[in-house]
Amino acid sequence: MSAIVVKGGRVVDPAHDIDGPADVRIENGRIVAVGKRIPTRGATVLEARGRVVCPGFIDLHTHLREPGREDKETIATGTRAAAAGGFTAVCAMPNTEPVNDTAGITRAILERARTDGAVRVYPIGAITRGSKGEELAEYGDLREAGCVAVSDDGRPVASARVMRRALEYAQAFGLTVIDHCEEPSLTEKAPMNEGPVATLLGLRGWPGAAEAVMVERDVLLAELTGGKVHIAHISTAASVDAVRRGKRRGVRVTAEATPHHLLLTDQVVRDTEYDTATKMNPPLRAEADRLAVIEGLRDGTIDCIATDHAPHTVDDKKVEFDQAAFGIVGLETAVALCLDRLVRTGIVSVPRLVELLSTHPARVLGLPGGSLALGAPGDLTILDLDRERTVDPARFQSKGRNTPYGGWTLRGWPVATIVGGTVAWQDTAVGAPRRRSDRRRAPSRRRAGGS
Amino acid sequence: MTRFRHRHLLGIEPLSREDVLAILDTADGLREVLDRPIKKVPALRGKTVVNLFYEASTRTRASFEVAEKVLSADSLTIATATSSVTKGETLLDTARNLEAMNPDMIVVRHASSGAPHFLARHCKSAIVNAGDGAHEHPTQALLDALTLRQKKGRLEGLTVAIVGDLLHSRVARSNLWLLTKLGASVRLCAPPTLVPPGLGALAPVTHDIDEAVRGADAIMMLRIQSERMAGGFVPSLREYHARYGLTAARMRHAKKDALIMHPGPMNRGVEIASEVADGPWSVILDQVTNGVAVRMAVLYLLLGGAPEASL
Ligand SMILES: [Zn+2]
Repeated sequence: MSAIVVKGGRVVDPAHDIDGPADVRIENGRIVAVGKRIPTRGATVLEARGRVVCPGFIDLHTHLREPGREDKETIATGTRAAAAGGFTAVCAMPNTEPVNDTAGITRAILERARTDGAVRVYPIGAITRGSKGEELAEYGDLREAGCVAVSDDGRPVASARVMRRALEYAQAFGLTVIDHCEEPSLTEKAPMNEGPVATLLGLRGWPGAAEAVMVERDVLLAELTGGKVHIAHISTAASVDAVRRGKRRGVRVTAEATPHHLLLTDQVVRDTEYDTATKMNPPLRAEADRLAVIEGLRDGTIDCIATDHAPHTVDDKKVEFDQAAFGIVGLETAVALCLDRLVRTGIVSVPRLVELLSTHPARVLGLPGGSLALGAPGDLTILDLDRERTVDPARFQSKGRNTPYGGWTLRGWPVATIVGGTVAWQDTAVGAPRRRSDRRRAPSRRRAGGS
Repeated sequence: MTRFRHRHLLGIEPLSREDVLAILDTADGLREVLDRPIKKVPALRGKTVVNLFYEASTRTRASFEVAEKVLSADSLTIATATSSVTKGETLLDTARNLEAMNPDMIVVRHASSGAPHFLARHCKSAIVNAGDGAHEHPTQALLDALTLRQKKGRLEGLTVAIVGDLLHSRVARSNLWLLTKLGASVRLCAPPTLVPPGLGALAPVTHDIDEAVRGADAIMMLRIQSERMAGGFVPSLREYHARYGLTAARMRHAKKDALIMHPGPMNRGVEIASEVADGPWSVILDQVTNGVAVRMAVLYLLLGGAPEASL
């Protein structure tokens, strides 16, 4: 029997309305007790006084790149990045090479995750074969092999007919359809948000309406079919409004937002003079859109925060702006960005953030985890709200260094990640877990290893 | 005399009014060299300039080359068709290879907006933007301003209409910055499909060419490319000419002494009728001569000369 007790932390479990000092005991990979003065007999003890202990964070939107683009990321490096960023599970987008559109590929991903993975990997299957937007993939097989949702992320499902069929057919297997909303005829060769900034930079514009028309479409089709649709990386005011209206009507629609759409605007493309670390899809939007996404986060229209972790090689990014690959890495900065820029500023509370990063992601896709219920997976994310550290891309676990946050000093970081009762990652500055016999107190100068 | 304080010329937008005047005044001083029997001064002797052209360009490239020769710089030109560029080498690799030859300056023309900024970030040489995507074409705006100032004696208080494909035009953007910095008032005119969002905040926009031309001191016509038809921006060249082409009839609304400018190459019979292009209003050929003068000024100032030089 292996056991671990996380002692003396502030336990935040929104699923059970818990927010207070408690210990958490995990045995054989499962939560067995949450409460005061839980016996530590036979267990490794992780001192968490002054820290926040939450059900493990789940990223709904990760690009692990394996198979096919191991130069950008592998399941090993991507899951290490997840662990180091406070995530105990990632949902792997299917736009690998080949696309994860058959059970064999799903099984191969899961097998690699079993041998190399630092955290749990939940594969997402393709909506259509090859993500070409034409014929549906075999959802029954995909589900059976272990896929937790379907998505053609990276590509839009241009045909409304195909999206309708996907939303219908996926219901047979309880799968949610995750859509990357982009009307392709409006975004051809457009590297940034359409608006005054793109005008000044002379770059082709990707209008917010190209997203919103697809969100409106998807909401209407989910209403028509009774299917479950999840809007990936929502980025515009009109999209948030479409989801809000849909939810009000009882449509089964959920949505996620990325830290970058919550924190940055297209102005940074100009401020950084075309730095390709500011190029992503959907692009960074105008301030009014950013504020609307934050409002959606506050009022519950947006259910989750997801990273859209999109690692690329230096060569993919060190080119002209319009030639560069879309996307930034996010696993190792998302939680700290949220703590520093959303929690410390009072936009969301700690429990609400845990909902956005754990409770809801689990609920949206029906994943295990997301709560500290007895018998739930022994996955914990431990946060230190006062730890200050500067983002240093050179020290990322991810192969990707493509981030606009290099040099940002953030306060509030994950300090340990426990997956199935095992410490998957721990900030070296915090000190190792100790056996019961070890009476030494946890180091009190927690910021000692900063910067 | 203070030195020109910029290392690169990436656009007009980051320049101050004084910077622009320093370039124009220096160009005025240098233009006289072009009228001499021996058109050569040793100002940039020992300096190396690379012209890196990723887009077809006859006049801008020739203009830079002449400017470099007159100033005695050693220069070489690399154009897409004759370099490893076509073999798929990255812009950065190409630039780094050129840098191994220790040039003092790279003049770059590129279809990607921001390509000169990218080079400026990663190279040691001074970078001159000779046109990047739809972003800026600073030396074109400078030569337009020089021409206007010669013909009108001033820029302040002039009304200048810029007519044509505003969406894709780097010339329009650079001119807009330059003219407004120097106190001219600018009017923009294009069909709504060719006006990018937010431009109206910088200068008034009209979709009626007659309104744009009325009372203008100068009219800058922008080139419309035939691929814009395929993109669905305008239904046909015929209709474009009928609605947005500058014809002699339309010139009746302009001031008597209005000037017609065009950055070239012109599509005669599309954005501009030949009777206008070749008519008394046209200063299109003066623009070409002034192009050499402003490029001499830019090279000279960036490579260490003092403003308002006379050599
Ligand atoms: Zn996407």
